[in-house]
Amino acid sequence: MLSELADIQGVSGDEAKVRRFISEKLAGRGIETSVDTMGNFIARKNRGKLATPPMLSAHMDEVGLMITSIRQGGLLNFQTVGGIDSRVLVAKRVKIGREGLRGVIGAKPIHLQKKEEQEKPYKQESLYIDAGFNSREEAEKYISTGDYAVFDVSCIKMGNGFYRGKAFDDRAGCLVLLELLLENSDLCFNAAFTVQEEVGTRGAMVTAYTLQPQKALVVEATASADTPETEKEMSSTILGKGPAISLMDKTILVDRKMRDELADCAVRAGIPFQFRRFTGAGTEGGAIAYSREGVKTAVIAVPCRYIHSPHCVLKESDLQATVSLARAWLENNQ
Amino acid sequence: MNEDKIINALLELSEMAAVSGGEEAAVAAAARYLKTYVSDIKRDCFGNLLAFKPGENATGRPALTIALVAHADEIGAMVTKIEPGGFLRFTPIGGLDPRTLPGQPVTVHGKKKFPGVIGAAPPHLLTKKERGETTPMEKLFIDIGMDQEQAADKVKVGDIISLEQHPVALKNGKMMTGKSLDNRAGIAVLIACAAGLSRLYHSVDVVFIASLQEEVGLRGAITAAYGLNPDLAVAIDVTHGDAPELEEGRFFKLGKGPVVAKGPNLHPALVDRLEKTAGKYFLPVQREPIPDHSGTDAWAFQVAREGIPTALLSIPLRYMHTAVEMINLDDLFNCVKVLGYFIGGLNRTFLEDMKKC
Repeated sequence: MLSELADIQGVSGDEAKVRRFISEKLAGRGIETSVDTMGNFIARKNRGKLATPPMLSAHMDEVGLMITSIRQGGLLNFQTVGGIDSRVLVAKRVKIGREGLRGVIGAKPIHLQKKEEQEKPYKQESLYIDAGFNSREEAEKYISTGDYAVFDVSCIKMGNGFYRGKAFDDRAGCLVLLELLLENSDLCFNAAFTVQEEVGTRGAMVTAYTLQPQKALVVEATASADTPETEKEMSSTILGKGPAISLMDKTILVDRKMRDELADCAVRAGIPFQFRRFTGAGTEGGAIAYSREGVKTAVIAVPCRYIHSPHCVLKESDLQATVSLARAWLENNQ
Repeated sequence: MNEDKIINALLELSEMAAVSGGEEAAVAAAARYLKTYVSDIKRDCFGNLLAFKPGENATGRPALTIALVAHADEIGAMVTKIEPGGFLRFTPIGGLDPRTLPGQPVTVHGKKKFPGVIGAAPPHLLTKKERGETTPMEKLFIDIGMDQEQAADKVKVGDIISLEQHPVALKNGKMMTGKSLDNRAGIAVLIACAAGLSRLYHSVDVVFIASLQEEVGLRGAITAAYGLNPDLAVAIDVTHGDAPELEEGRFFKLGKGPVVAKGPNLHPALVDRLEKTAGKYFLPVQREPIPDHSGTDAWAFQVAREGIPTALLSIPLRYMHTAVEMINLDDLFNCVKVLGYFIGGLNRTFLEDMKKC
């Protein structure tokens, strides 16, 4: 199911296809679902059992591109939606618009580059998408400004228990929530599949207000740099060591009691876990924590290499351990 | 062979991996397609593929032999080290641009084919300084989702790495994008040309050559030219397509026809005949002035043995040596037509006239 979820096009503001997939998976399972005006999808499992059910949150959107103008010759200018290092865009293929038309982000042939050019990365403004159109008129038949584009990538299994694909941030989190909703249990909780996390955690502000939880757990995918060229202490998280529990990030100082509760849950159930050894970058944690009069909020995440690039890598065992930890936490809050 | 069949052949050829030094897949596929249209196929000691298509020659004099040569290999990389953690270091084979590599999927040809990806640092952890620099080749690495022990068992230093890309046709139906269209487009021209010539009278003997190791210095062409010693040769390759960042005059419009090269590497009589043939049959061609090394198999053929009059016909291609190369299929079809009519119009007299000029 990770492959199916990850392959869907769903850049911030254009999450409809992801929402439809989740909605179809949950149909006929006796789970109450609703969609709000922003497009957030809310699923309430075993509604009525608890007065204030705990909330789980994962975002449906992914980073991507938006077509901003069409050049005279038919090439497409774009801007990034969410944080993408422009160095990963070069020489990659994308799918554009609802129909998923193919286009490429080209690169100057190495044969014609000067030495000083080679040392400097491309500036994002100098890049463009080439979808093979010969004129603006031809391009306009198929493409409008404001259309979204995503990396043209299919998720696959790789090596020994790893997955390679786009948008694991945060389809991995969506998968965790879906598994907990679909499994046969009498756990009572509200699951929010949110929109627009990558452009400022917009969706979660609304869902947290709507659901009025007392406690919330954000399920994310977080950067891992357990790779060469990075000092070990700078890796933030390590693949295979289980979900990463956040201490703080740019948006939130995680409630100490909740943090300890999560660690206790993991220890008791024998679930591997690690702390996220990095305090930058934002999550929905902040948006939820400061909702209404405040919500006790924590963040756990599946460690993920090369996040916000065309091909992220995660380990299946981490995904399963994240499901286990979220479940153990829910059990503790019934 | 209709256009759809040519496109399908090119899609198949583009998808397969044939990095210089490991071209077997592409050469075998070329042989499979060519064998329907030729009388004999052989491999020389170096590994180049030669497919012979004799002409109809009633003069009793030895026929003229023309070689059409396209290289079968593509750029790629080679494993140099297995790092702790199972990550692979690599060195390029041919001209690979490090700026195009972060986030690029690859296939590692170890004990089996293993998918992998060239790692890219997450923007969250990058400093401003790092974002402003190109990550040099030696600092890049490949992730194949294995620990060091597993990786060392499955992959060895020296194993070949190819770019991974599934080729596709674009919306307008004329453009195709994928990896290694440099020079599978050339191989597709050979195949389509062989098919076309089986329905067109030609008096000269034609030999189709899929050469090896062009990307690392025209190696295959050196031995193929010596071994065959043809009277004439035409190299079929790609040249730079139009892109806004390129200097005027350094590129050719996609869709405006194949490109005839002119310069010291190319015999003027052949250049003239190619251009005149195109004109006669109302086929579009463009002209590329090349003041010295053409960087193609034509360079090796020209000086083989006592010298071979050589020409170069190229298909304009955008974003050369990346996984998103792009061509216009009309240029490929027109390249086949120009070559077909050119060969159909050749006879021994042409060679004799040529010597006079």
